[in-house]
Parts: sequence; C-alpha cells; structure tokens
Amino acid sequence: MSIGAWIMLIFGSTTLLGGLSICLSIALKKQ
Amino acid sequence: MEQQEEDRDQWGSRIGFILAAIGSAVGLGNIWRFPYMAYENGGGAFLIPYFFALLTAGVPLLILEMGLGHKMRGSAPLSFRKIKEKYETIGWWAVLITFIVTVYYSVVISWAVNFMFLAINQGWGSQPDSFFFKDFLQMTQFWQIGSIRVNVLAGLAAVWGLNYIILYNGIKSGIEKAAKVFMPILAVLVILITVRGITLPGALNGMNQFLQPDFSVLMNPSVWVSAYGQVFFTLSLGFGIMIAYASYLPKKSDVVNNAFITTFANSGFSFLAGIGVFGILGYMAQVQDVPFNEVVSDGMGLAFVAFPQAINLLPGFKGVFGVLFFLCLVISGLSSTMSLIEAFSSSIMDKFQLTRKQAISSVCGVGFLASTIYATGMGLVVLDVVDQWMNNYNLVVIGFVECLLLGYFWDLDEIKTHVNQVSDFKIGSWWKVAIKYVTALVLAISLVSKLQGELTSLYNGYPLSAILTLGWGMTFGLIIIAYFMSRVKWNQEIEADTDKLKEDI
Repeated sequence: MSIGAWIMLIFGSTTLLGGLSICLSIALKKQ
Repeated sequence: MEQQEEDRDQWGSRIGFILAAIGSAVGLGNIWRFPYMAYENGGGAFLIPYFFALLTAGVPLLILEMGLGHKMRGSAPLSFRKIKEKYETIGWWAVLITFIVTVYYSVVISWAVNFMFLAINQGWGSQPDSFFFKDFLQMTQFWQIGSIRVNVLAGLAAVWGLNYIILYNGIKSGIEKAAKVFMPILAVLVILITVRGITLPGALNGMNQFLQPDFSVLMNPSVWVSAYGQVFFTLSLGFGIMIAYASYLPKKSDVVNNAFITTFANSGFSFLAGIGVFGILGYMAQVQDVPFNEVVSDGMGLAFVAFPQAINLLPGFKGVFGVLFFLCLVISGLSSTMSLIEAFSSSIMDKFQLTRKQAISSVCGVGFLASTIYATGMGLVVLDVVDQWMNNYNLVVIGFVECLLLGYFWDLDEIKTHVNQVSDFKIGSWWKVAIKYVTALVLAISLVSKLQGELTSLYNGYPLSAILTLGWGMTFGLIIIAYFMSRVKWNQEIEADTDKLKEDI
C-alpha cells in the first residue's frame, strides 16, 4: 500500500473514531 | 396535548434510540455503494469532500429532521402540518416514497436471504454471473412478466413477516429491542469480514485502490456533488424516518449529539466495510491474475456476482464466510426496512387514528403483495427504474423543498432554539447557513445534473413506456396521492393541537 493510502487510512479512522469517541464521552458524562 | 404525549409510544432508553437511528442509516449502500464511490472519485482523497459534506449537509439536515419530529411530536405529515397546513403534502410525499422503497428494498433482502443459504455449499456454482441473472432471477425484459420465483417469494414472506413481528410490538418492545440485538451482531459481522478480507494475499492492493489519494479530483465539482449525494443517501434523509423516530423521544432528550453519534457511527461502518470489501476484491484480482478494475463493481453486481466469485476462490471456510457476508447484508437491510415501514405506518396512525396493530397489519399486508411484482422475471428491471426515480428525483426534491420551505418560508430559529434547549452542545448560526444555502444549493445542482442526463438519453436504454410509467408516472402519481391525503380531515383533537401550536409559534 502506498504512503498516501496509509495516511488516508489513518486520517479516515482517526476522524471517525475520534469524532464518535468525543460525542459518546459527552453523552456518557451527562448520564 | 398532554394526553396525546402520554399516549404516544416512547423509546425506553437513549441508547435504544441511537442504535435504531444507526440501524436505519446503515443499509446495503454502506457496503456496496460507499467503497465504490470512493474508488471512482479519487480514492482516499474522496474522504475530504465526504467529511466536509457530512458536516455541512448531513449533520445539519439530520438535526433538522430530528429536531422537527421532537418538537412537533408527530410523523412527517403531522409535523409539517403543524408548521403550515399546506406543507402536509410534503410530509405525505416523503412517507409514500418510504413505502415504495420498502416494497423493492425487501426484495433485495430476500435475494440476500436466499444467497445466505446458497452460500453454505456455494450453490451458485462456478459462474455466479450467469447463475444470478438466468437461473436465480430468470430475468426477462420489460413487459415480459415471466413467472414468480417461489424462493424469492418465500424470502419476501420472511422479510415482511419479521418486520411485522418487530413493528407490531411497538417502539420500546419492538424496534428498540430489535436494534439492540441487530446492531451488535452487525458490528461483529463487519469486523469479522474485514479481518478476513485484510488477511488475504493481495488485500493490500485492494485497500490501496480504495484509499490511494488522487488530490487532483478535489478541483472537480462533480466529485463534490457525488460526496454530498452519498451523504444524503447514507443518512436516510428525506424519508421522514428521523422525524418519526425523534417524535418518540421523551421531551428532554438530546438531539444534536444524537445526530453526531448517528453520523459518525454510520460513516465508520461504511469505512470499515470499504476496507473489508476492497481487501477481498484485491485478493480476487491477485488469484485470477487480472487488473483490479476487472473485478471491481458496486451494487447488486458486487453483492450477488463479484462476492460469490470471491467466495469461490477463498482458501478455506467458504461456506462460513459466505453465510456471514450475506447475513451482514440481511441484518443491515432489515434494520433499515423497519425504520422505513415505521415512518409510513406512524403517519397513517397519526392521520386516521388507527391502532398500531391495524396500521402495521395493513402496511405489511399490502407491502408484501406489492413486492410480488419484483419476484417475477421482470422484477430486476422494474426495480432499477423505480429505484433510479425514487432516489435521484423524488428524495432529492423532498430534501431540497424541505430546506427551501423551512429555511426561507419559516423561521429555522424555532428548531434551533428547541434543540439547543435539550442538547448536550448547542448549534450556532452555521447550522442555518448549512440548511439554507449549502444543502439547498448542492441538492439543486445534483437534481439539475441528473435531469440533464435523463433528457438526453433513456435510462439504461429501457423503453420509453417504462420510463414514463414507472419513472415519471409513479413520481407524479405519488405527488397527487400525497395532495389528496393531506386534504383528508384530521380528527378534532389534532386540529385543535395544531391551531394551539401555531399560536404558540
């Protein structure tokens, strides 16, 4: 896999997982 | 009004609502549309317009629909009526589309159910292409109806029957319970498929095809329009589903954060599925020693032709992998159909004061009978035309009109103030800009570009009679039915509530 593809893999996963984790942690704190 | 609130079914927990909303958004398109869309539009570079579209159109529209349902506490027709009587037609048009889509979507799930059993011993043989079209579907062309495929009909009975059982039990005991079972299973399945996919030889080449960025495409406006289109479809916007689902939330329930969680989870599923699917296609290209572009495909071609081919080539556990893959399709489809049926059923429950039992029995009964047309030899070509018109014209127009009416002929601050009162984090003016300008503009561009193509040539070379009846005819038919549905009188209690709400606003 090219370096560009690896970078986009990391970019995509961190954006989605990071976004989801932040939103879930806010939701859990409220509970 | 208070009595009506007490009578209305409610979600038992926040997690139940979120899982059901994710289940509605996650569908077959996450597996067979998103990865190919990325591959065709700059690979990994597609993620940039895609994420941008998620934040500027997907999340804002989701907040709008969820906020509308939560504030108005009604299905799409009732919620639109509470804004302005004339707007009720839009609500009916949206939910009539959900019914039409459910009727053919259930057929695709029925095929997946059949393929799940065929996968046990690779019953599609060595030529999955010929098997799917000739043996399984016994496909015919327009107006040669052919015979009813009994195995497809049996699958349809199972799909509608399961939906009936889930929805008959209501929101908390039906949809919520089903979502709590379906979604964890779906997550495990997609992880298993992805792990198997990326551990096959040649998988890295497939993943490279999916993710290698070509940043030059960012200058191409059509790539941006594709990204917005993908976001619109993947979040099941325009159907009125989220309006109905949010109407069952308790009064003090978060809207904004729930919309973000649904969006991130749905896109995360697409991304993971993309890695798995392209890993397996990469393996297939290596084993067959052919260029990648000869094995890649999307939609039904990917699920019912390319994947059976790939399963045939697996080094071991072919049956197990095949069953898991088609089970993944079945569950992702079912979690979407139950939301589609609920959006339509809740509308007729609201309007005609039907009990859940009456509404679900009628909708599932009529839906099953209507689905049988797709179980004939002509089913696939009919499905192709109806799907093209429902998705590319009806739904896009609904989304556009929704932005236009609520953004320009109503005060969006009504929704903004409401969701900010109940949500974990607040939305600012960016949200209104996103609805009024960005989303409305992109949907209009998408509509015009599709129409241009339609007017220059007949879709897929199908006969004009099919385009006029199943495409445009059905579209105008739905608008007329929606108009007449909106003219039917509501009961006096609802009329009084609507008047009171208008005074409050």
